[in-house]
Amino acid sequence: MATTQTKTLSRIMNLPAIVLLFIWMIVPLTMTIYYSFQRYNLLNPSRRGFNGWFNYEFFITDPAFFAAIGNTLLLVTGVLAITIIGGVLLGLLLNQAILGRGIVRILFISPFFIMPTVSALIWKNMLMNPIYGIFAHISEFFGVPPTDFFAVIPLLSIVIIVAWQWLPFATLILLTALQSLDQEQQEAADMDGAGIFSKFYYITLPHMSRAITVVILIETIFLLSIFAEILVTTNGGPGTASTNLTYMVYNRALLQYDIGGASAGGVIAVILANIVAIFLIRSVGKNLEA
Amino acid sequence: MARKITIQHQLGFTLLAWFLGLLMFFPIFWMILTSFKTEIDAIASPPLVVFSVTLENYIEVLSRSNYLKFFSNSVIIAGGSTLLALVVAIPSAWAMAFSPTRHTKNVLMWMLSTKMMPPVGVLVPIYLSLKYMGLLDTRFGLTIIMMLINLPIIIWMLYTYFKEIPSEILEASRMDGAKLWQEIIFVLLPMALPGIASTMLLNIILAWNEAFWTLNLTAANAATLTAFIASYSSPEGLFWAKLSAASTMAIAPILILGWFSQKQLVTGLTFGAVK
Repeated sequence: MATTQTKTLSRIMNLPAIVLLFIWMIVPLTMTIYYSFQRYNLLNPSRRGFNGWFNYEFFITDPAFFAAIGNTLLLVTGVLAITIIGGVLLGLLLNQAILGRGIVRILFISPFFIMPTVSALIWKNMLMNPIYGIFAHISEFFGVPPTDFFAVIPLLSIVIIVAWQWLPFATLILLTALQSLDQEQQEAADMDGAGIFSKFYYITLPHMSRAITVVILIETIFLLSIFAEILVTTNGGPGTASTNLTYMVYNRALLQYDIGGASAGGVIAVILANIVAIFLIRSVGKNLEA
Repeated sequence: MARKITIQHQLGFTLLAWFLGLLMFFPIFWMILTSFKTEIDAIASPPLVVFSVTLENYIEVLSRSNYLKFFSNSVIIAGGSTLLALVVAIPSAWAMAFSPTRHTKNVLMWMLSTKMMPPVGVLVPIYLSLKYMGLLDTRFGLTIIMMLINLPIIIWMLYTYFKEIPSEILEASRMDGAKLWQEIIFVLLPMALPGIASTMLLNIILAWNEAFWTLNLTAANAATLTAFIASYSSPEGLFWAKLSAASTMAIAPILILGWFSQKQLVTGLTFGAVK
């Protein structure tokens, strides 16, 4: 009897969270889908009505759309490549007996705590500025003309900034995974005469594979929605050279007031993210059973 | 002989790690350094490492430009959303950790999946709803949004910590006639305090640095430090020393909190998948 009571009680206790999250996600998402089939521009709100697939057609046939999809993928894969490879190497390095490891760890983790607008502006003004930036001074020192980063390589510049923010995350997670590596297994491999590289390939890397998967999936979720870094550095330009899907939808909604078109873009972004989410849920779900 | 090589290795690794660590930290260091320069020194060529230290940027930022208002917006929104979320999340995590039903796992997964939703997918309706309710650019509106964004992470983290507490202790208190609220407040919370503290810390960090919703849903009134700093991106805002002073003050509290919570961060950010 007590159990039945507790069961009911626990349902009630869980209810507020479930209701809130339901309202937060399902209701707006339904509204987005509804708007995506409506002709609705805030500049001309009286002209509303069912619009069929027009918003989707208009959004997808916009030349900016393919640029945005391409940029989104480049941004995600570029940052992932840098942070995973860098994270594995740095994790291995920080796992060694280093003097003052605590302080070194703090130095490495710090960029992760910097708010996106601040880190983007530090890089834009103080490092990448073609006249006053540190990089310009360094290239002048070597007699190379300085690069105007955001005009010449806008997307790559944003990749560098975002990678700087996320490398600490990857390093920290992969280091944590490394620290649980079985020492005896390593020693056994030593006895059998395994070299550094074969030990890394056959023991360390398989041990880290799970953590690497988690890093990839979590970063992907966040990287698909990169916004502030683009807003304060390039505004998506020049042209559409650094516009990603998130920025394109923002541009449609809050700069062009095209509610219908922005909603269609939002639905497309949700579909893309869901493909990633399915994989993430699977890999985290396995852990829940273990 | 073998020992000598190890010491050499250790020295080599130490030097390399320190070099790379300083390189990673350099942009932050440079910003802090710039915040103590005059505007002219800040753009000197070649860059100045030795200069006369001035506090004028801090004084000017603090006295002008409503800096304190943005700062208090950040504190109220990050702190308020965290507390609100805890009020909702503690009962929920309690229910799922100590009296799980066959749906619990699916509910947890569904909660996690809401976090996967890209914010642009709901930008339009959220923006319009807040506008019609008169909550656009208000601290209350943003606090609620921020609480909802991070609620899944908070519930997950608390759930992970609560799972480690033996349920017998809670049952014993129930036997002794403790009411449910007494069981939660006097038995569960004190035991889970370290977990709750690190959950709070992570949430404050995430809310403080959140940029998508703060940039899109606020203007002059409820803007947080994230949005305030973004206003320096306009070309006429090329005051590097002042930007650096404002940024340094904006990141300092979170940087320090972050240093203290880096270990718990791993569990929190990976939903317990990496420990």
